[in-house]
Amino acid sequence: MRVRPALILLSLGLALFPACRRGGARADLTLAGSTSIQPFADKWAEVFMEAHPDYGVNVQGGGSSAGIQACKSGACQIGMSSRDLKGDEKDLVEIVVARDGLAVIVHPSNPVRAAKIAEIKQIFAGDLRNWKLLGGPDRAITVVTREEGSGTRGAFQELVMGKTRIFRGAITEDSNGTVREIIAHDPYAVGFISLGLVNEQVLALELDGAVANDENIENGRYKLVRPFLFVSQGEPTGHAKDFIDFVLSAEGQELVRKEGLLPIR
Amino acid sequence: MDVPSKKSGKNRLERNDRLVRLALLVVAFSAVSVLVVITVFIVGQGTPIMVKYGLKSFLAGSNWYPSEKLFGLWPMIVGSLFVTAGALVIGVPFGLACAIVLTEFSSKRVRRLIKPVIELLAGIPSVVYGFMGVIILVPFIRENFGGPGLSVLAASIVLGIMILPTIISISVDSLQAVPPSYREGSIALGATRWQTVKMVLFPAARSGIIASVILGMGRAIGETMATIMVAGNAAEIPRSLLAPVRTLTSNIALEMSYATGEHREALFATGVVLFVIIMVLNTIANATSAKRRKQP
Repeated sequence: MRVRPALILLSLGLALFPACRRGGARADLTLAGSTSIQPFADKWAEVFMEAHPDYGVNVQGGGSSAGIQACKSGACQIGMSSRDLKGDEKDLVEIVVARDGLAVIVHPSNPVRAAKIAEIKQIFAGDLRNWKLLGGPDRAITVVTREEGSGTRGAFQELVMGKTRIFRGAITEDSNGTVREIIAHDPYAVGFISLGLVNEQVLALELDGAVANDENIENGRYKLVRPFLFVSQGEPTGHAKDFIDFVLSAEGQELVRKEGLLPIR
Repeated sequence: MDVPSKKSGKNRLERNDRLVRLALLVVAFSAVSVLVVITVFIVGQGTPIMVKYGLKSFLAGSNWYPSEKLFGLWPMIVGSLFVTAGALVIGVPFGLACAIVLTEFSSKRVRRLIKPVIELLAGIPSVVYGFMGVIILVPFIRENFGGPGLSVLAASIVLGIMILPTIISISVDSLQAVPPSYREGSIALGATRWQTVKMVLFPAARSGIIASVILGMGRAIGETMATIMVAGNAAEIPRSLLAPVRTLTSNIALEMSYATGEHREALFATGVVLFVIIMVLNTIANATSAKRRKQP
């Protein structure tokens, strides 16, 4: 009678043990980090594993900062970051694998179609609070931002705000999708999301005279562009090198373009 | 194990009894130990950073910019209290009115129909309440009252509805627990039904009604998902009912996914503050209801 639970546990353990080992052996390479890069990394991994059935590539999210930390601690071979490295993170080797535009979006019914980046900065600093000042209706601007720690917010802070803070009264949401959803339903809202995620529900503003599109990013007229980085401890070797070589190859970069990102030059 | 066979019958029963008692004790204490583990973990993770930057800057600071090492929780503390108070302002009158109607002014048939429906309301997941809030309530507020719609008002209404089942079912139970002789005596003295409710039943059921409000308050202050969806989450003390607001629970859930280092610790510190606030509110509420129970 009393032996039975122990037996069950033992047999369970025996049953699970090979499964664990198999799972472990599959993950030759682990990537972790930015949730903005994750869907693209998944796609790369999928195509890469089709061509190399003996490789196991495991892609995890967690955010840019967590991915960089995981890479530094050796928990993953490649960290993914959608913001530049800072401070003590700079000793990692960084490889730009794609670029992404940052779009400032409004409701499609908003008559304001263009703005200066300086004006966007004032809006998010809380100094410019009415659409009238931009030639729109006499309505208060609903400012929507991302939460602290988000890579998209980090990039926006760096590219637009500089040292100025995003004001405290800004509505804060925790994903690109939620920001887009709010702006799609509020005619007086403004926010920022990844350019690849702009759809017909929202309208990307023309900034400093440049429409947000691939061409203007390519020729440098559209300024809000952030790099998508892979980082590793020292020059990548082995599986990591094979994977990065694939990502940077013509085939890997073509995948990026198809999925709505911008390839590296 | 190898007990002589003649005594074995009684011995086995005794042993089984002890075993069962021990097993139950272990299970019972595992629930308590979970609470202890959670408390120790949150306090252990959250307090060092509060000590490092000073308790005052945490509790009274009004700037929440973790990337600049500014961890002021004051707007979120006020936000949690505002939203909870708003939920009670909406939930308590409706809940009590509903409980009174169900116990005193409706037939058994109506009661049998409505009570299960209200209990069903408690089973709806909070994300569904939040979703309904975003789809229906938020645009309604934006179009009719102005502002972004995501606001203290929206959060208060959604939470007010969410605490209704708690308030109604416990109040109904405590009103029904009042001995029938009280009711009969009052009516025999010539009081109307409303006078009976107001002057006899309500005072008699007071401790149960207060308990229902406390539990409702606990649910409102702890609710996270629905609040994140409809409150707008601006880390600033709201200037009006139509301004966005961030609660302590939203602060944790919103930023948890990407937080590392001190930012993460500051979120644990948020948990500590929430923990203390809930304990204080519960103690106050329990003390008042206990005091009232003593003096009938």
